[in-house]
Amino acid sequence: MSDQTTVAEQPAAPEKDPVLAQVEERFGEKLLESSVVLDQPTFAVRREDLIALATFLRDTAGLQFVRLSDLCGIDYLDLGKTPRFAVIYHFHSFQLNRWLRVRVPVDEDDAVVPTLTNEWSGANWFEREVYDLFGIEFSGHPDLTRILMPDEWEGHPLRKDFQPPKEPHEWSFNPEEWQKAVQRGS
Amino acid sequence: MAVKTFEEQNLILNMGPQHPSTHGVLRLVLELDGETVVSCKPVIGYLHTGFEKMFEQKTYWQGVTYTDRMDYLAPMSNNLGYSLAVEKLLEVEIPPRATVARVVLAELTRLASHLVWLGTQAMDMGAMSVFLYCFRERERILDIFEACSGQRMMTSYIRPGGLAYDLPNGFAEEVKAIVDVMPARIDEYEALLTKNNIWRDRTVGVGVLKLEDAISLGVTGPNLRASGGTLDVRRDFPYCGYEEYDFQVVVGERGDIYERYVVRIREMRESLKIILQGLKRLPGGPHVTTDRKVAFPPRSELATSMEALIHHFKLATEGIRVPAGEVYSVIESPRGELGVYLVADGSAKAYRLHVRAPSFATLQALPLIAKGGLVADLVAMIGSLDPVLGEVDR
Repeated sequence: MSDQTTVAEQPAAPEKDPVLAQVEERFGEKLLESSVVLDQPTFAVRREDLIALATFLRDTAGLQFVRLSDLCGIDYLDLGKTPRFAVIYHFHSFQLNRWLRVRVPVDEDDAVVPTLTNEWSGANWFEREVYDLFGIEFSGHPDLTRILMPDEWEGHPLRKDFQPPKEPHEWSFNPEEWQKAVQRGS
Repeated sequence: MAVKTFEEQNLILNMGPQHPSTHGVLRLVLELDGETVVSCKPVIGYLHTGFEKMFEQKTYWQGVTYTDRMDYLAPMSNNLGYSLAVEKLLEVEIPPRATVARVVLAELTRLASHLVWLGTQAMDMGAMSVFLYCFRERERILDIFEACSGQRMMTSYIRPGGLAYDLPNGFAEEVKAIVDVMPARIDEYEALLTKNNIWRDRTVGVGVLKLEDAISLGVTGPNLRASGGTLDVRRDFPYCGYEEYDFQVVVGERGDIYERYVVRIREMRESLKIILQGLKRLPGGPHVTTDRKVAFPPRSELATSMEALIHHFKLATEGIRVPAGEVYSVIESPRGELGVYLVADGSAKAYRLHVRAPSFATLQALPLIAKGGLVADLVAMIGSLDPVLGEVDR
C-alpha cells in the first residue's frame, strides 16, 4: 500500500480474494456458495459440477491446486440443514501455498457423488471411508467396499441417527430376564 | 477356463494382521508368482475404534485424550494438531512459554518417533542392534514426557489453551543433555547402516515411489520429501512461530527406501537444531492462556474472587464452548500432514471432527511400490513408509 492513495479517499472495499474471483468468473451461477473462511476459500457446487471444478482448480495456471489433501463426509441432521449430507474436499496448491475447501451437498434419498479416483488415485480410500461411515456412494469408484468397519456391518456409524447394534446374545445382560431367572430360582 | 497347473498358479498369501513386522495390525493379501509380488491389497480396520464418533460425544478437553491414541508414537504432535484446530475457532491467545514449549515437545516427539521407525525398520531387515541403540535414546525422551505429563506415551499434555501443567523443574537442562549427546548417537546409527553394504543392497533402488504418484496418492511428510516433493507444513504454513526458527527442509530425489532413510536421519538432526533454538528462547510466564473461558483460574483466586469461582464451575461442569464455525488446520506430524477438520456448533462438543491421518494416505502407496518387487523386500517397504495403524484405522 502506498501512502499517497489512501489519504482522502473513502475506505476502499476489501480486495477480493484472487482465487475467489477466478473461480467465480469461470463458474458464476453454478456456485452455491463462495466465501473465504479463515483464509480458506470455500465453494459449494452441485455434484454434476464437481469434477469440472476440481480439474479447473488443478489445471488452471495461477491456481494449480494439484493435491487433494483430504476428503470427508458430514451429516447435518442435528443442524437442520438440507440436504442432509455433504462431502467435503480440501485441496492444496504448492504454487499459491493455500488450502481450499469444496463442499458438495448430498441428498439423503439419492446419496451418490461422482468419484475423484480418476483424477487423484489417493481419493480411493478416503471415498471408501465416507461410504463406510456415512453411506454416501461414489459412482465410478473401482472398489467401493467397507474399509474400517467389518464387511457384514449394518448401518453407517457416523450418521447422527445411527443406533449401535445390540450385543450378541450370550454377552448381553437383560435385567428383566435376570429377575425372572432369580424368581425361578435358577 | 482351463484349470491351471501348480506351476502356473499364483500363490495367494495372507500376511498379518498379527505379523510382527507389519507395524501393528496391517493385513496384506498378497498374490505371489514365486518370490515376486504380483499384487498386494492392504486390508485395514482391525484397530478401528471410532475416534471420530467419540469426538462428537466428548467435550473438547476429553477429546484430547483420544488424539494420543491415534498416532501412539507421536502423541504430542497429535495433541498439538487437535489443540490448534480448536484454538483457531476460539481465537484465543496462547502465551509465549506454551508456544515455545509446544515446538520443543513436538520436535522431541519427532525425534522419538523417528527413533522407533529407525529401530524397527532395521530390525525388520535383520539388524537387531540398531533397535537397541534407538530405544535407549527414546527412553530418555519418554522420561521427559513422563516428567511433563505423568505419562510416557498417552501424554495429553498439549491442550486447547496451552499446556496441562507448567514445565517441570529442570526441563531445559534435561532436554539440553539429550540434544547434546544425540548428534554423536545419530553418527553411531549411521556408522551401522549408511555405508553398510547389506543395508545398501537391500534399500537402494527398492520400493521406488515417483513424485507424481506420491502427490496423486496424497503421500506427505518424509515419504513425499524423499521422492522430491518440497512440502513441509512447518515451513509452508507456519504454526507456533515455526517461521522464526532456522531449519532446513530435507528433500531427497530418488524416492527409494534408502532415500527415505537418509531424509529421516537428516530430519532428526534438523529437529535437534530446532529444539536448541527453542530452549534458548523459552520464556517464563504462564503456561496456559489467561482467557477464563478456556482455562481454569489459578487456585489462589478461587477463595477471593466470585467471578473466578463461576468460571471454574462453568468450565468444570460444561467445558469449553467453541463458537460455531469450521476450520481445516494442518500441522507436520512425524509422519506427514496431519489435518484436523473441525465443525463446531457453539456447544461444548465438536459437531464433527475429521482427522486426516498422514499414514492413511501414505499406506495407499504400498500396493504401487510393492508391485513387481520381492516378497522379502515387502517388509522393508512397509517399514520405510512408517505407518502407524492406530492412526490409519482411527
